[in-house]
Amino acid sequence: MSDHAPAIKLEAPPVELERERLVSNNRDLGEISDQICDVMERPTPLWWKICMVPALLLLSMLGAMVAYLVTVGVGVWGNQHPVMWGWAIINFVWWIGIGHAGTLISAILFLLRQKWRTSINRASEAMTIFAVMCAGVYPLIHVGRIWYGWWLFPIPNSNDIWPQFRSPLMWDVFAVSTYFTVSVLFWYMGLIPDLAVMRDRCKKFFGKFAYGLFSLGWSGSNRHWRNYEKAYLILAGLSTPLVLSVHSIVSLDFAVSQLPGWHTTIFPPYFVAGAVFSGFGMVLTLLIPLRTVCKLQDIITVRHIELCCKVTLTTGCIVGYAYFMEVFIAWYSGSSYEKYAFWNRAFGPYWWGYWAMIGCNVVVPQFFWLKSVRTNLWVVFFLSILVNVGMWFERFVIVVTTLAREFIPANWGYFNPSPVDIMTYLGTFGLFFTMFLLFLRFLPMIAISEVKAVVPQADPHHPLGGAEEGGHH
Amino acid sequence: MAKTRPFAMLAEFEKPAHVMSAAEKVRDAGYSKWDVHTPYPVHGMDAAMGMGNSKVGWFTFVGGVTGYTTGMVMIWFLNAVDYAIPIGGKPMFSPWGAFPPSYELTILFGAFGALFGMLFLNRLPKWYNPLFKSDRFKKVTHDRFFIVIEVDDPKYSEAATRELLENNGSSHIEIVED
Repeated sequence: MSDHAPAIKLEAPPVELERERLVSNNRDLGEISDQICDVMERPTPLWWKICMVPALLLLSMLGAMVAYLVTVGVGVWGNQHPVMWGWAIINFVWWIGIGHAGTLISAILFLLRQKWRTSINRASEAMTIFAVMCAGVYPLIHVGRIWYGWWLFPIPNSNDIWPQFRSPLMWDVFAVSTYFTVSVLFWYMGLIPDLAVMRDRCKKFFGKFAYGLFSLGWSGSNRHWRNYEKAYLILAGLSTPLVLSVHSIVSLDFAVSQLPGWHTTIFPPYFVAGAVFSGFGMVLTLLIPLRTVCKLQDIITVRHIELCCKVTLTTGCIVGYAYFMEVFIAWYSGSSYEKYAFWNRAFGPYWWGYWAMIGCNVVVPQFFWLKSVRTNLWVVFFLSILVNVGMWFERFVIVVTTLAREFIPANWGYFNPSPVDIMTYLGTFGLFFTMFLLFLRFLPMIAISEVKAVVPQADPHHPLGGAEEGGHH
Repeated sequence: MAKTRPFAMLAEFEKPAHVMSAAEKVRDAGYSKWDVHTPYPVHGMDAAMGMGNSKVGWFTFVGGVTGYTTGMVMIWFLNAVDYAIPIGGKPMFSPWGAFPPSYELTILFGAFGALFGMLFLNRLPKWYNPLFKSDRFKKVTHDRFFIVIEVDDPKYSEAATRELLENNGSSHIEIVED
């Protein structure tokens, strides 16, 4: 500030140490807005219509399957003694897990000051919200008589009985509904400045009205930005313990029980790592085609894809370690039931599920050590799908192998899903993709104001931001 | 036609460095009813405007404390007082079992505190803003930067304020009517 102190001139780093810019081709502030908004402003593209057809068909199938389940009863699923928890909980855990990557990107990477997150956080948060919606379908419909679904919440009823809070299932209700609500709040708050961008660009009356209404009169005031950034930081700080707690509590649904293979202390961190792992798989599956069809290669660069691959590799290694540790502890515990549970997983009637899980979750991510793999988008896309397949099998193995082979051999059985199970699961993809496609057309899929803030043109101390030679204005 | 009166002087800037050095000059000149409008939060602008820390944290804190207390008291009342359900000889109320839902409610109420605290402090939603009458101001969400000095500011004088802004790199100046 003082006129007397000489400006400190920093030497520019050598070329080989300079990082690749987060937005390529030196796009300036206006071009970033134009590129991102173009996804919504151009006439409905053909790929969008082509994707929307199967999405809506699958969504209708979900509606039909849920209607059938409600009218007939949960007997239409494959659940029967001894496996009373079948695909419903597998798919619930799977979808919730996918959501976790969005919160990791929006909250944890924000706290860790990973600026590359700005290009992918909006779409990932949308993924989180829609995945949690898909997950939320299951607890609601699996109760059988869904008109009693509200008994899950502490709402006074005519019997004057309250929910039983010593059950982890009750904790789950609170964890998942809080997770959904806070994810929506965080997402909406991030959207406010971008809705203002849309308000100022939109030519059509209805769009102008809707974007104007939801942008709440945002004018980019720095007095507002100050409170906004603080609230953003706080929400990131709150979402971080939240996302870690959600899958921990989901894992307690299993770990608090007494069954071999479930009753282990490793479950919470193991579930959280698996959730982030599968979520990044889904982020890659979604973003690799999107950056091409939406022409956003300048903003979602190959470096972003590479970084996602590295997070997938890291969490994949944690998951692999957890698998190994489970087996080790089963042996080390000396409990014959525990030992049998794990022997049965690998070599029992569900051996194919176990080895699919090991192959997809432990072996597949190891390819991401290679830069040639991380930068080959076709390969990354294929591997990211395998990651999600593997994580589905993980939940299948955990839920089904333990229930099908518990303590007394007289209680043993074999689980087969019914066609309704399968069609309901496929139907949730319809819900997910319908929501996601609508999101792409009506809301900015990249956080415009956040991306603007990380380019050199936005930095008042950078020559591109108007600073004179020698540093600060 | 409704009567109009001048609301503020609107100065446009093209680069963040220009608006920041101008903001420092406006701050040093002692203006109080003024603001900087930018397409993204400019790092260092709070100091350039002479503003302290935001108070949003207090709203979150109150929300969080309310959430945790609500969780603990609710579970104690529901499961130990109003309708006690004995389960497996466990105590009617244990803080450990009540902790996970209370923890979630802490975060839930804290998050509501952060969002609504931010909106309250910013007086949003704001249904009317004379600045939106300016066509150039539409660029504030695109790539332009603005300094707004209200005519109600005690230091405001049409000539001196205009000179201050012009001398500090503004590319366009206009008066916005209310």
